[in-house]
Amino acid sequence: MSAFPQPLTGIAAPLDAGALRDNVDTDAIIPSREMRSTGRTGLADGLFAPWRYSDADARIENPDFVLNQPEFRDASILLCGANFGCGSSREHAVWALAEYGIKVVIAESFAPIFYGNCIRNFILPITLERSALTVLTGREITVDLAAQTADCGDATYSFEIDAEAKQMLTEGLDAIDLTLTQAQAITNWTVSDKAARPWVYLEHST
Amino acid sequence: MGHTLFEKIWETHAAAQTAGGSTLIAIDRVFLHERTGAAALKRMAEMNRAVRDPARVFAVMDHIVDTRPGRGDGTLMQGGEGFITETRAACRAAGITLFDVNNRDQGIVHVISPEQGIVLPGVTLVAPDSHTCTQGAFGALAWGIGSSEAEHAMVTGTLRLEKPKTMRVTFDGTLQSGVTAKDMILTLIASYGAGGGAGHVVEFAGETVRGFDMEARMTLCNMATEFSAMTGLIAPDTKTYEYLAGRTYAPAYFDDPYWAALKSDEDAEFDQEIVIDAGTIAPMVSWGTSPEHTIPVDGKVPHGPARTHEYTGLDAGVPLAGTPIDVAFIGSCTNSRISDLRRAARLLDGRTIAPSIKKAMVVPGSLSVKRQAEAEGLDKVFLAAGFEWRMSGCSLCFYAGGEGFPEGSRTISSTNRNFEGRQGPGIKTHIASPETVAASALAGAIADPREYMRQEEAAA
Repeated sequence: MSAFPQPLTGIAAPLDAGALRDNVDTDAIIPSREMRSTGRTGLADGLFAPWRYSDADARIENPDFVLNQPEFRDASILLCGANFGCGSSREHAVWALAEYGIKVVIAESFAPIFYGNCIRNFILPITLERSALTVLTGREITVDLAAQTADCGDATYSFEIDAEAKQMLTEGLDAIDLTLTQAQAITNWTVSDKAARPWVYLEHST
Repeated sequence: MGHTLFEKIWETHAAAQTAGGSTLIAIDRVFLHERTGAAALKRMAEMNRAVRDPARVFAVMDHIVDTRPGRGDGTLMQGGEGFITETRAACRAAGITLFDVNNRDQGIVHVISPEQGIVLPGVTLVAPDSHTCTQGAFGALAWGIGSSEAEHAMVTGTLRLEKPKTMRVTFDGTLQSGVTAKDMILTLIASYGAGGGAGHVVEFAGETVRGFDMEARMTLCNMATEFSAMTGLIAPDTKTYEYLAGRTYAPAYFDDPYWAALKSDEDAEFDQEIVIDAGTIAPMVSWGTSPEHTIPVDGKVPHGPARTHEYTGLDAGVPLAGTPIDVAFIGSCTNSRISDLRRAARLLDGRTIAPSIKKAMVVPGSLSVKRQAEAEGLDKVFLAAGFEWRMSGCSLCFYAGGEGFPEGSRTISSTNRNFEGRQGPGIKTHIASPETVAASALAGAIADPREYMRQEEAAA
């Protein structure tokens, strides 16, 4: 997996231009019917299918949808309202965004499972106030993860991200590999937990 | 200062700190299903990784599996069979226990985990499914994660976590007849927003909750994810232990002192507290495209986002009751347990649904629930009323392609999500309790179940 590009400059596509939508759910980002295999690829085409296509089966584009507009077709940054990515835990929502080319999602707030899925797939979720989102709408933005800023030329906004998520994005770290460096500590904990809570461990538990 | 129930479970499971400042929380149980779990198993195999303790990982076919009687691996959904056969092979290769398509214990993951005694008070349990919070009803820390995190939990036995904040939601008072746990959680979400629980673990407490059986508690916790909380949970009590004792994967007795301490201390402080008088709650029905777009059944549609009114075809100011519906659905991890079916059947007994209803179906949460319902004759009540009676699974809580509702239908549904297109392109979903679904199916329009309760009381 590649690390988050540093810094990243791209056009910020608003969902939608008139008023940023709140509570955009993962069923809208990638509907169940667009998840056709157990793999993580082949999903970009189904991204936002209910809104992006006037006929999803025939893949006839809805010209009003932001990502179908020429200036936003290659957007790498998405702007949304509150509670983005709510609903189903399907990581396919993040895989679809990543495959499409979205590298940053800026929203007023995120649903927790979606946020975690972003970090694991090197998409940067940025939380900003609504007023900042309004300024950034449709602009070219430079996102600097090291400095934790989003800059559109005449305005710069700072954002928060926890230290570990930042490191994982910056260095492109695999969470499992990282955790396995502490395998001995986990084993030690398990040995003492087995003595304290033997009922947790089922027959043939290792 | 005392500790909250959540903090006690967190401390017990804090296996190590990471260099980056998060905590490695030990995971006691992992549950997978064929849609998102298959992706985790596939990646794990590709990366040449193994499950750390296969005995504590379980999987079930519930999301894509067909619910028509006589089912096999085939589905009406294009490519659905691939999910099922791949999951089966991957489970075998990984050495984990699978509740297969027609295993007698098959069912929706959050229905069968308690039935099997897989979730236990004080454990950590994760599944790549957002409604894993349902299982918090047993005093477990149970939450939904992505497929990558499921792989992480299986391979390392832990997850890397930042400690969430705590919230307590207290429900006091006695519910009106015809009002349920579903109406309580919808009231909470409607009052505080679909993002109201963000960043928090929510403990549900109060006399109303204590008075609930385990099934109502599961319904309450089920929609914590619709509140954007990490999860919900309820302190275990005698009812919890009596429900679980002796089930297949549960201990025969709950005598460990660990369990006795599983409650928030009296002087524990929560980051946020909400108190709701349950006695004032009415049957709730959603009108829009987010669970926060929910009002009392006898209320009028409020002003919402323009596109929501456009999608649902309901203008601000119109009464919700009386809105004609095309489809009635009873099922899902929210409301598909035996008590849900009993309550709906009581309302439907001796009656038939309105002729304008194009499709009505009951999908039991598990094959065990199905057998119990059939032993009680509930299947006959539903069939006589005009409902289809299905095999268990998630079914049309969401539309996966293949089987669907008639185009453009308006549904009244005992499920948890009324998102645009969730139940199919253009489908307008109104979420409600099983009672409200049954009452509405009879009326052919959104209806108040309390009317039927009053008739019953008058007749008695």
